[in-house]
Amino acid sequence: MLDKAKSGIWKSRVEKVNAELVTLTYGTIVAQLCADYENDYAQVNQQLEKMGYNIGVRLIEDFLAKTSTARCGNFRDTADMISKIGFKIFLNITPTVTNWTADNKSFSLLFDENPLADFVELPDDGRAQDELWFSNILCGVLRGALEMVQMSIEAHFVSDILRGNDTTEMRVTLLRMIEDELPPDDE
Amino acid sequence: MSYYFVVVSPSDTPLFEYTFGTSKAGGNGQAHFRNGESSRYMNQFIVHATLDVVEEVQWLSPNMWLKVIDNYVPTNSHISCFMTGTNVRFMLLHQPSSSGTAAGSRASTLSSSSIAQNPTSPQTEEAIRQFMTEVYEIWVKTLMNPFYKIGDEIKSPIFRTRVAAAGRKWL
Repeated sequence: MLDKAKSGIWKSRVEKVNAELVTLTYGTIVAQLCADYENDYAQVNQQLEKMGYNIGVRLIEDFLAKTSTARCGNFRDTADMISKIGFKIFLNITPTVTNWTADNKSFSLLFDENPLADFVELPDDGRAQDELWFSNILCGVLRGALEMVQMSIEAHFVSDILRGNDTTEMRVTLLRMIEDELPPDDE
Repeated sequence: MSYYFVVVSPSDTPLFEYTFGTSKAGGNGQAHFRNGESSRYMNQFIVHATLDVVEEVQWLSPNMWLKVIDNYVPTNSHISCFMTGTNVRFMLLHQPSSSGTAAGSRASTLSSSSIAQNPTSPQTEEAIRQFMTEVYEIWVKTLMNPFYKIGDEIKSPIFRTRVAAAGRKWL
């Protein structure tokens, strides 16, 4: 199934947007949020997550249309799909899936590169390094996208190269499968 | 050779300052200006005066790299300038080590065209051009940082480290 998705039609499409434009646009959003919330980074993280959620609930439809994938058999398939197809299509990166828990409900995505964070240096106010998750929008995107395909998940960053850590790592945990199709609360 | 490097904004505000010495020909990267302690403000003063020359010279050449455009004879200082498209100026004041007793013994073993000794030789000019070009690249990356506000002083330690590395590499 993964192979089928890999050879999908999306590969032949040449996207036109310039990478620096995306990086600068996202960077400006984060910087503006920091200014608007007067450097209350917890708030900024939360807002980024919300924005990501609202992207995710739409993006999943685009993703499914582009790749025409079938349902994932288990959460491990989902993780591979996110990394090898999802991130590949939208950011042209393939984060490594690793650190599975024994119950197969929680894994880590290791980002070798992060196009959103190119050129970025966090403000040196002594707090941003400890409080701001610059790429937090990605957590929201995953949460939104997976919610639309009946998976309730929780995602958060545990380390970020921008903060001086060695790796950029996101932790994704499956909370439950959504049995009844509830309308998503659009935030 | 001792160097004083400064980035000047279009409105003549200094954005970044860095003083260093040559790392070539046995130099230890420390600046030894011949006017000693007073060099700290004299260098600023000299470079500031050169900004007027920049305004004349900039229209004579289509290039960003303006080469040595001024000198200050009392301290044998030479000033090179690189101008970006938005009128930001990279000014480099370079001063050969004094030919007094301290450096005299070493000077005799160096060729007259070496970077450390001759501020106007083609080799030196080329080295400075390479340095400026590299700093220009670093500069562009720094501007792309969304948390840097255009016109602010550059406080990024990464920028400083990279400029220092470029200085070691070329000068």
